[in-house]
Formats: sequence, structure tokens, C-alpha cells
Amino acid sequence: MSVIFKPLESYRDDFTYHNSAQAISRFPFPFPEDNYMYSVNIEPATPREPGSVFSHWFDIDEHYLSEMAERSIVLERDPERCLVMPHMATAAWDTLEMLMTHMAADYPEHFSLSREGERWTWINRPLGIEQAFTFGDADTLPCEPLEYITRQTQGDFALLDQRDGNLFMDAGMVTCPADWSIKFDAGMSFTQWHAPVPMAHQMGVFERALKYLLNIQVDHPVRRLNWTLTVNPRMDTSSETYHEWGQERALVNAENVASMVHLRVELQFMPRLPRSNALLFGIRTYLISLEELATNPAWACRLHRVLRDLPDAIADYKGMTLYRQFVVDWLSQYDPEVVVA
Amino acid sequence: MNSPIEVRVAAVTQITPVIREFTFEPVRGALPGFSSGSHVVVHMPVGERSVRNAYSLLSNPAQTQHYRIAVRLQDESRGGSRYMHEQVKAGDLLQVSPPANLFAPNSQARHHLLIAGGIGITPFLSYLPELQARDASYSLHYAFRGGFTDAYLDSLRENLGTQLQTYDSIQGQVLDLATLLASQALGTHVYVCGPQRLIDGVRVHAEQLGWPEIRVHWEVFAAPEPGHPFVANLARSGLTVEVASDSSLLEALEQAGVEIPNLCRGGVCGQCAVAYLDGAVEHRDAYLSATERSNTVMPCVSRGLCGSALLLDL
Repeated sequence: MSVIFKPLESYRDDFTYHNSAQAISRFPFPFPEDNYMYSVNIEPATPREPGSVFSHWFDIDEHYLSEMAERSIVLERDPERCLVMPHMATAAWDTLEMLMTHMAADYPEHFSLSREGERWTWINRPLGIEQAFTFGDADTLPCEPLEYITRQTQGDFALLDQRDGNLFMDAGMVTCPADWSIKFDAGMSFTQWHAPVPMAHQMGVFERALKYLLNIQVDHPVRRLNWTLTVNPRMDTSSETYHEWGQERALVNAENVASMVHLRVELQFMPRLPRSNALLFGIRTYLISLEELATNPAWACRLHRVLRDLPDAIADYKGMTLYRQFVVDWLSQYDPEVVVA
Repeated sequence: MNSPIEVRVAAVTQITPVIREFTFEPVRGALPGFSSGSHVVVHMPVGERSVRNAYSLLSNPAQTQHYRIAVRLQDESRGGSRYMHEQVKAGDLLQVSPPANLFAPNSQARHHLLIAGGIGITPFLSYLPELQARDASYSLHYAFRGGFTDAYLDSLRENLGTQLQTYDSIQGQVLDLATLLASQALGTHVYVCGPQRLIDGVRVHAEQLGWPEIRVHWEVFAAPEPGHPFVANLARSGLTVEVASDSSLLEALEQAGVEIPNLCRGGVCGQCAVAYLDGAVEHRDAYLSATERSNTVMPCVSRGLCGSALLLDL
């Protein structure tokens, strides 16, 4: 089934981003239960039902054009959102090969790749790109290879160097992070960049997750879902732009909560990069407003219970304390137990 | 579980009197890519048993049309190396695991000091193209018995020049580890692959000189040592598995249809750790802590002590 791209919508200023009914139906709702606690919820990334966000390694959806335009805006204002330390050059080429190969195989109507030895030709029809280049020679591309390919792929990507029994964030393209910064985390270990997360350390979550990630093998990627709430459909909630979005959390009220507050879900996808032995950490972000989400009342009911009972420390860490009660109150209309009471 | 890949033996080359090189090509599709220091596990049908040995990939990681491995005929072979030497011919089909890497070069090393003993040269053959492409600082110290275990010596001499130092035991040349390690600049990482006593020597001297553990890398590819036969009882499935003296517990479990995640098959990666509920274990791994050993066993190398039956939580 071919993906149909929506015309350009915005993730800033007038926020014209919306989901079609089809996009809502494939939204990766992240809660298997009525409550949420940190866990090592990593599973082998075996392809699931066709058309779902889990059917391909790198999911392309109706927002492709808008998301790529948003990435360009962010990079124009702040080119350092893409960084590649010198020792990560091989990993950057690994990433380019993996993305081009899978996108061309999974979406042949939109992308194609032909290879003759090191002479490659890449075609991206939706963005009107045709590029001949020499694999391994960065001078034959218009920009650095990681930047080149991730300007054409939805989602953020961190490239983790594996050494000393840990993973180090030594390269990445991060323009739509949920309140973090690639520049701040650059060079940190997995253990260091997770230090601020509450509760999970005591539960041993990161120790076990790290052990699991270090042992990911070529062609056997894993995935997990992570989530938070975001005010407005804003992709770029990075530390660098906090002054632009931080105060929006105070604008939420009982009248605007359903259109303004969005559930933000990250489909994290982690394949081993074969040639460099680095780990690719893909973070594909999906945004859905509460009113769109409530078109599926079972989701609204479950989200109500999750947010109502979420430990304060986690709510605080996820930055929703200021407006959480508005969300819980609005969602309660979908919870039969509350309505009866 | 990593399902094995079917490969065809494209070429067999005698490298020295005891070392043979095998080139594998894919039967269908392309081979997965790999990084410097990776290995594959080759599945070998030896009589009634399936022996699985890990071998380093020695080809250039930039070229994945083929995999190449080299196998030394072991004097006390459990059948694996003998099978590779005597049975496997060009055109044969074999099963190999996808590549895994437990011995990768460290990106932050100021200098890479590579120490190889005999067949232990193999992982470094996949390091060299990568280190050269990165313009990294490195030196290779290669100890062998001339005319016997000196695989790839000529091409290394040609390729490496002064970055290669050789030590031929036939000529009485000795690799003085203490002096070599003491003369290294700060920021050097040492990598050693070869016989156990060479690995032990590097680790002991590095420790005495105060090297941090993370700068000392070693890879063992000795097949599991034989031992007394014993019986493993599986608590959950109720199976009883007989482990012959020349078979590992892991191989015996696999033979019985019990697949356990594993990577190194040499007691270092920790993947195959299994809980045991009863019995005395002869622990031969380099992974478990003393506390863990009271209830966990690494079936790739460890056995029932003096034939003790083990009750496994499987």
C-alpha cells in the first residue's frame, strides 16, 4: 500500500499539523496496561502487520514532507544539531547505507538506489532529488553523509560508539528531541545521559537495558516505545529552544486542553551498524492531540488511568506537572468507572 | 535467536602445514556486513554430534562478497578442526552464525598494540585495513613457529614494514611482554589473541604495570576442554541430557533441541548463562562473579564437577 503524503503542514507558529483518520488508526499507542512504570520494554524488532508503524525498519508516513521541511528550518537556525565526531565517519556511512537500502526496498515508489561497486545513485522522488556519488567519499555528496541521508528520513538518529562496555553518543542528527540536546549529551555514555531519569536507576532498568543493547547483533535490531506529553504539535522541543516552548505549558486550560495537548510517542529502533560496530539509535516521533486520540475511546480511557495514577516524580521528569490535572479531567469523560461514580 | 546463514565453500587453501583457509560465499542473497574483530560460529556435523566452533573473520570488512576464516588443526581436536581440515571441500555447504563482535578496536586508543600468537593472527587481519584507512597508530607483534604456525607472514611483512615485529620460536626469538608493555605510551590499548599463556602473560604484566582494565583486550578461541561425562537434568522440561566427555554442555543441550542464546562459546560473553538448582559445577568461564557461580553456570565451557549431575533451570 503506497503512502500518500499530505501537503506541507507546520510544527511551529500556526501549528497546522493534524493526523488523518488513517494516521490515527496506525498511531503507536504505547500503553499495554492501565498503569505505567519504567521497565526494560525492549523487544526484537520483528516486522508486524503491513501498514502498521512496525512493518518496516524505517517508517515513512503522511507527514514526510512536513517533517523534512521542519528539519530544514531547525538546521538553518542551528546547524550543529547534526554532529559527527571524526571517529564516527564509518558509522555515518553505515547509517547512510542502511537507510538508503531499506527505504528503497520498502518504498520503491518513492525511493530507489542503484549500486555499481562504489558508484551509487540515489533517487528521492517526493523531495525531487537524484544524486550520484561515490560511497565512502564525502566530497561527492552535497554535505556530510549522516546529514545528507537524515535530511531525507523522518525521526532523530543518534549514533552510539561501543567501547569500554558502554555506549557513547558521539554522532547524531537531533532536531525533534523530547527535552534534551545532542550538543549537551555529545560524548556522554549511556549511563551518563540517563542519570537524570527518576526511579529507573534504583530498579536496575538501565543496567539491564545497557547489557541488552551491547549484545545487539547485525540484522537483529530491537525496538521499544517511549512517551511523554507535548503542548502543541511541536517537534523541536529541544533544550536549545526551551525559551520558545517551555512557557506554553502554562497556556493549557480546560477549554483548549483537547486540541493543545499531544501525546508524543517515540518508536525507538536500534540496529547494529555492521561495518563500524556502532549502534544506531533511531527515535521516530509520533504526535497526536487528545481530541484525535479520543476518536478511539478505549485509548482515551486507558490514558486517563495512566496519567491519573502516574507517580509524581515521573510526571515531573516528563514536564507535565503544570497541566496534568486539565488533561486528567478532560479524559475522565471517557472512563466508564468515573462516569458511573 | 540468530538463525544460521547457509554458505558455500568457495575455496580451500593450505596456508601452513597446520593452517587452512576457507572462503565462504552466500548461497542466496548477500552476506551480512561485519566490523573489524568479528567472528562467526561454524556448525560442523561430526558423526552423530554437531560441533560449533567460533572463528575470526579475517577478510577486509569493506568487502562482504565473501567471508574468510583460517582454521588450525588442533592436536587434541574434539573433531571440529579435524573435520574442517579433512572433510570440507570447495563446493560444500555449511551453516554459520551471523557475525558478532566481542573484540572490536577501541575508537579512543592513541596507539593500538596488537599481539598475536600463531593462529591468533586472524582477528588482526580484519583490523589492519580499518586501522590503515583511519590512519591510526598501530604495531603488530606476531609470535609463531616458523614454517608451522606463521600464517600470512609474507603478506604482513610486505604490507606493514616496520610496524611488524616477529618472534620465531624455532629461531629462539622471544617476545618479552614485560619490556614491550612497559615501553608503551599512555593511551595505548593492547589487544591479544593466541594461546592461553600468551593472553595470561599480557593480562598479568599489564596489571602489574597499572594499566586500566579497559585498555586490555583479549580474545580466546580455544574450543572447550573435554572432561568427565555427566548428566544434566532439566527441571522445567523434564529432559535428561547426557554430556559426553568431548562435548560441551551447550553442545549437548543444542543436540537435544534446547537452543540457548550464545555468542562467544568460550566463557567470556555471558550470553549463555543458565541457572542451576542442584549439583557441583566445575566453573571454567571468565565471566561469572564468585557470587553468581553459586547458582549460575556457563554451559559453553563449564561442566559437572568430576561427573556430578546438574539440575538446570530449563
